[in-house]
Amino acid sequence: MKYLPFIFRNLFRKKTRTILTIGSIAVAIFLFGLLVTIETALNAGVDVAGVDRLIVRNKTSLIMPLPLSYQERLRQIDNVAEATFASWFGAIYQEPKNFFPQFAIDTDTYRAVFPEFEVSDAEWSSFLADQEGAVVGKLTAERFGWKIGDRIPLQGTIWTGTWEFNIRAIYEGSRSGDDESQFWFHWKFLEESRSFGKGTVGWYTVKIDDSDQAVTVTRTIDERFSNSAYETSTETEQAFAAGFAKQIGNIKMLIMSIGAVVLFTLLLVTGNTMAMAVRERVPELGVLKTLGFGDRTVLFLVLAESLIIATVGGAVGVGLAKLFTLGGDPTGGMLPVFYLSTKEMLLGLGIAIFVGLAAGSIPALTAMNLRIVDALRRV
Amino acid sequence: MVSIDGKEHSNSLVRIRNLNKVYRRGGETINVLQGLNLDVEKGEFVAFMGPSGSGKTTLLNLLGGLDTPTSGTVTVDGDEITHMSGRNLASWRARHVGFIFQMYNLIPVLTAFQNVELPLLLTKLSKAQRRQHVETALTLVGLSDRMKHYPRQLSGGQEQRVAIARAIVTDPTFLLCDEPTGDLDRKAAEEILDLLTELESNHGKTILMVTHDPLAAERADVVLHLDKGALVEGAEAAAS
Repeated sequence: MKYLPFIFRNLFRKKTRTILTIGSIAVAIFLFGLLVTIETALNAGVDVAGVDRLIVRNKTSLIMPLPLSYQERLRQIDNVAEATFASWFGAIYQEPKNFFPQFAIDTDTYRAVFPEFEVSDAEWSSFLADQEGAVVGKLTAERFGWKIGDRIPLQGTIWTGTWEFNIRAIYEGSRSGDDESQFWFHWKFLEESRSFGKGTVGWYTVKIDDSDQAVTVTRTIDERFSNSAYETSTETEQAFAAGFAKQIGNIKMLIMSIGAVVLFTLLLVTGNTMAMAVRERVPELGVLKTLGFGDRTVLFLVLAESLIIATVGGAVGVGLAKLFTLGGDPTGGMLPVFYLSTKEMLLGLGIAIFVGLAAGSIPALTAMNLRIVDALRRV
Repeated sequence: MVSIDGKEHSNSLVRIRNLNKVYRRGGETINVLQGLNLDVEKGEFVAFMGPSGSGKTTLLNLLGGLDTPTSGTVTVDGDEITHMSGRNLASWRARHVGFIFQMYNLIPVLTAFQNVELPLLLTKLSKAQRRQHVETALTLVGLSDRMKHYPRQLSGGQEQRVAIARAIVTDPTFLLCDEPTGDLDRKAAEEILDLLTELESNHGKTILMVTHDPLAAERADVVLHLDKGALVEGAEAAAS
């Protein structure tokens, strides 16, 4: 602690350089924070997908429907605890950019299969009682300023015309990665009002009572419906979500590559700053050693400077990234789970500290190994 | 009594025996110091003179544990420093040696107070105790009103006074001065020499000073000349 004033004096001997270095670290860590947030958002479904839930879809394509009659047949398969279904609605609220996912759901079973989406019993009952009722995720409700009781008009794109819904409930995810952007309404309402596609659903979500049996149940389901007009393709919800994320490319690899380049650049910038700082101060380091400062103390003083620069830069970067993500999904619904977790914030800070240590280590070792007589000769 | 004969003296604070320092540059071997002996008692003020390249600064570096000899021993207050590890030597320097340089060597980003406080950071003194020591040292060199000034705000003479305060603040066993007046005008040089003389006579400090300046050397109790790597006393040097 007693060395702190001395370390800070040294840090601010070249104010502009120090501030620019802190700034470059902050920008890099801010960028890292955003990349991690995007990566988390894209994989949110994968991270929170249940291993005890299977997605059953039309073998031809996800956009092709399945018959309603499959629900009962799915329930009869061993280890299937429940089978619920949903249909993609794909309507527009005011403008196309106001995207959020809308599902027509089986209100009898959906809540039991997705217990992580929490809705109060009173609100759920109110939703069930209203044929035009809807349940909306907290994120979407906040985004558009919707309250319970509001009447929301949506412009249909698959089933055209204006569809109006009453917000009866707002759900929240019980886990940090849960998607709180969805909009649910009664499948029966859709069924009664739509002009085509009657008697079909988009996909089934099957809850199994033993996740170890997932492979067997998957195979059994697909065999049960093989050679029918609506053959199925079944996979775990996790595999389904991962496949969905992969459709937009190997984002993780891309983000890792960008992150690595940013980290390397950061290392060079900070390393250069510290090397310059030490080079300029060789005679002073010689004086310190003459006064009795040991090699390790000199090493510590240089490393501490590097660490402070990196930590401050990292903290600013992480703070900015957090502030940015607090503003919510900037894409207008493409990344519904848009947040920076504490763990990722600590990771960002950890990277900054690592950069500080790595970048400061060579100049610090140079300072440590400096021979006093050589250093004083440069006065 | 200062002695260069190599005979045993029971009261020696500084004892150098058969000290050799050889530099190798390329294929060339330079014998800077050759079989040098020296005994200095506590409270003595010794000046070393000699032409450039005669080994004055090398001798000072060896006395201060900044460099290691090729052979021979340097013993200060009973501690034989020539075989100390780097770590022990650093803490020995902190306790026993006060350095005063020609170019002052103050840290430009620190105030006079903070510069003088630097060696005390290596001690276990509390902040309040450090403050007290620094104020005493700066008062002694006549700069109690310049504590918050940065080196760039001080004259050369004042900077050297701060450097002296830094050298004496830990109450070291002896002071090593390398051309302390070399960068000062006559008036400032006289003031610095007055201060060194005062430190010797009133505070019993042992001072070993390298200088080119005969007027500075006059202030010392004994003037030793370095010639071809060996020490000779003032009269002998004058005769040769």
